[in-house]
Amino acid sequence: MTAILEMRDISKSFPGVKALKNVNLSVSEGEIHAICGENGAGKSTLMKVLSGVYPYGSYEGQIVFQGQERRFSRIVDSEHLGIIIIHQELALVPLLSIAENIFLGNEPARMGVIDWGEAFRRTRELLAKVGLKETPNALITNLGIGKQQLVEIAKALAKKVKLLILDEPTASLNETDSDALLKLLVEFKGQGITSIIISHKLNELAKVADKITVIRDGATVETIDCHVEKISEGRIIKSMVGREMSDRYPPRTPNIGAPLFEIRSWKVEHPQHAGREVIKGVDMNVRRGEVVGIAGLMGAGRTELAMSVFGRAYGRNVQGQAIMDGRPVDVSTIQKAVAAGIAYVTEDRKSLGLVLSEDIKNNVTLANLPGIAWRGVIDNHREQKVARQYRELLKIRSSGIFQKTVNLSGGNQQKVVLSKWLFAQPQVLILDEPTRGIDVGAKYEIYSIVNDLAAAGKGVIVISSEMPELLGICDRIYVMNEGRFVDEMPAKDATQEKIMASIMKQYGVAA
Amino acid sequence: MSQTNVAAPGAEASAAHASFWKNNLRDYGLLVSLLLIMGFFEIVTNGVLLDPVNITNLILQNSYIVVMALGMLLVIVGGNIDLSVGSIVGFVGAISASLMVYEKVPYPPVIVLALILGGVIGAAQGYFVAYSKIPSFIVTLAGMLIFRGLTGNMLLGQFVGPFAKGFQAISAGFIPDFSDFGILKAADGQDQFFTLTLLIGVAGAILLIYASTRRWMRDHAQSMETEPFPLFVGKNAIFAILIVGFSYLLAWNKGLPNVLVIMAALILLYTFVTTRTTVGRRVYAMGGNRLAAQLSGVRVERLTFLTFVNMGVLAGLAGLIVAARLNSATPSAGQSFELDVIAACFIGGVSASGGVGKVMGVVIGAFFMGVMNNGMSILGIGIFWQQVVKGVVLLAAVYVDVYQKSKG
Repeated sequence: MTAILEMRDISKSFPGVKALKNVNLSVSEGEIHAICGENGAGKSTLMKVLSGVYPYGSYEGQIVFQGQERRFSRIVDSEHLGIIIIHQELALVPLLSIAENIFLGNEPARMGVIDWGEAFRRTRELLAKVGLKETPNALITNLGIGKQQLVEIAKALAKKVKLLILDEPTASLNETDSDALLKLLVEFKGQGITSIIISHKLNELAKVADKITVIRDGATVETIDCHVEKISEGRIIKSMVGREMSDRYPPRTPNIGAPLFEIRSWKVEHPQHAGREVIKGVDMNVRRGEVVGIAGLMGAGRTELAMSVFGRAYGRNVQGQAIMDGRPVDVSTIQKAVAAGIAYVTEDRKSLGLVLSEDIKNNVTLANLPGIAWRGVIDNHREQKVARQYRELLKIRSSGIFQKTVNLSGGNQQKVVLSKWLFAQPQVLILDEPTRGIDVGAKYEIYSIVNDLAAAGKGVIVISSEMPELLGICDRIYVMNEGRFVDEMPAKDATQEKIMASIMKQYGVAA
Repeated sequence: MSQTNVAAPGAEASAAHASFWKNNLRDYGLLVSLLLIMGFFEIVTNGVLLDPVNITNLILQNSYIVVMALGMLLVIVGGNIDLSVGSIVGFVGAISASLMVYEKVPYPPVIVLALILGGVIGAAQGYFVAYSKIPSFIVTLAGMLIFRGLTGNMLLGQFVGPFAKGFQAISAGFIPDFSDFGILKAADGQDQFFTLTLLIGVAGAILLIYASTRRWMRDHAQSMETEPFPLFVGKNAIFAILIVGFSYLLAWNKGLPNVLVIMAALILLYTFVTTRTTVGRRVYAMGGNRLAAQLSGVRVERLTFLTFVNMGVLAGLAGLIVAARLNSATPSAGQSFELDVIAACFIGGVSASGGVGKVMGVVIGAFFMGVMNNGMSILGIGIFWQQVVKGVVLLAAVYVDVYQKSKG
């Protein structure tokens, strides 16, 4: 079979980090090609290079599509050739109809006047092709996520797709919908449409993929031909995570004390869809001086769990018991959670952690204004002293405490958010992806802070998608998947393979 | 984006100074612009603008705009808008007038009732904005229509007045001076000079210099980030000269208007609230990033609600001031005031997206509008051309803001 797509020696750098290092990918005409890799391995970046999100010139290397070198400067360029990408977050307009969405920006029109008869007729054909039984004028918002996925695919078909790229298409689908989607891909294969599918679910890949390419740390590890050898989970997992550990973590001598905080049979429903459980009964505890990690893939429900514990900042109908120091505590509002001694450092520091228009000082004291005020009147000197103290303690590199946080680097912004919560004097700190997008040096500093907190007798819960990080800084690790804790292990016994295996076990892949 | 390591303390100090200039350039620019425009109108009106009588007028005409702009500052900084304030002015004025004129209720309880009424209206609107999550633009647009309509229904085209002397004194009165007690009376045929007014002005200037010097010294001693010394001296000198100068001019007319005392007290109070209290800090945080504030334990719903209650009370007060000034309630009282108030905020550097804005900026913004109104009226420029000019100035002021910000 001839190759429809070849990506040769693709490299792509972002400020401070090399996301892709000489990646090679060869996709044959009419096959289903799977791409596997950890979060942050570079899968999505590679697809963005391919589809022109990152234009020619912003990366190195060559893209050859249908025998010719292509230089896309916009997404439209790649779409014209029939390369269509369907992102994990669907790009549909919720309050428009199926037909309007399918032909958005591509309307069958004469002199700017849309021919709705034609649009509806073609929509019906496309919906039949993808097996979706809905009328073309049904609104997207009334469709389930699985059906929305099918609309996206119909939209791709409307653009005469040659190469269909699906980024984690089944991540949010239930089993029936997933199966239907995979069957559809196989049908497309029969019609000569090539697909690239990015997925964590190895069992699904085993069903449909012709080839699997594994990417790790921005480089291709290998491409496995599924028709030549039988794929084994262990083999792929090792391929995905097998990197060497070096001492990127400060030494840690745990001094673990009495149980501090505990949640029992914690259940949370989706904030918009009543009845859809996102957290399905979780038990968790952390002791004084302990650093507990929560591992899992994206969408496992880790952030949702943390935010629901932190004053029900996420979800509805939160059920379960929270216990602090052996006594039940009320964490039903953020104020109560903070008063109970819980702090939550958000995953998204720019939109949830900081007030970017304000300076370091105001951000540091925001969560504990009474701590620098007397009867509601702020003591400027005490406030500045506090801000200066944390700026020094956490080595926040800035021109001073009056510098606006918007002008700080990611690592320093994260330190400001950490300062804010340290000043709130919590007992339990929940850190959600504390080192995302931070350079190695700042990471080390943040790990040291975590160590110091534990040494001071606090309980620290770390959520991270970087498994080496969890292994490097935690004492104990919970493994979460699809709203449940599927495993728990002491960090010293844990390996990336073991964690990945407990996640995959859920999907029923035989090792 | 990139932050270099700051090692030497000297470098840090100069960097702090540089950022101080950058952060405060707008404030000083605004103040300088106000002085320039005052100078301009003083010249083209042949000295009428700064005539003692006109200065008194200028203050009386702008007092209610300043009062409401203080409330609007908090509303806009909190990330909302209130379009209903002009109608609340009319409505509260109408209710108060009816109580005093038809029901013969004495004015002191009416004043209290009017402030409560304003607060209740603000609370009602604030409830829909904060707890029902209806956009404030819509809620207060509805409020604007409702209360304008109710005012019209109640007054049916009538002017309700006049009021008791004591009530009129809110706007038309002046603080008693020595001459009222037979001291320092002017000789017959000579203009009375109100010595106490000047003394208050001088005392105010001294107090300002004393307080800010003390703060500056203390900050400096503790090596806190302070404004550069020349800037500090210059700013305080300008303010002191302005205060003494204006009190001197006022002293040649009728002395210190009561409403100026109310206004000055409110300006001080709101400066304190916005810069020194936890509530004020939380409003700014909420407007700057609502989610981050919420996740830091700020009760954003309650706070939004309170900004509207506060706005309502101040609009009620403005309603009293306006009624007292006109000595009657009229169906059109307060019409389109909301636009002047909002314009004053934006000229004064309040960010439309919330989180940014200062009391002094808003006050200067209000007087900027006031001086333009007054100056153009003296020159006999038609009201429609005045609107055109004000519109252009508003756009220009915000354009400068946006331009500065985009340059970083």
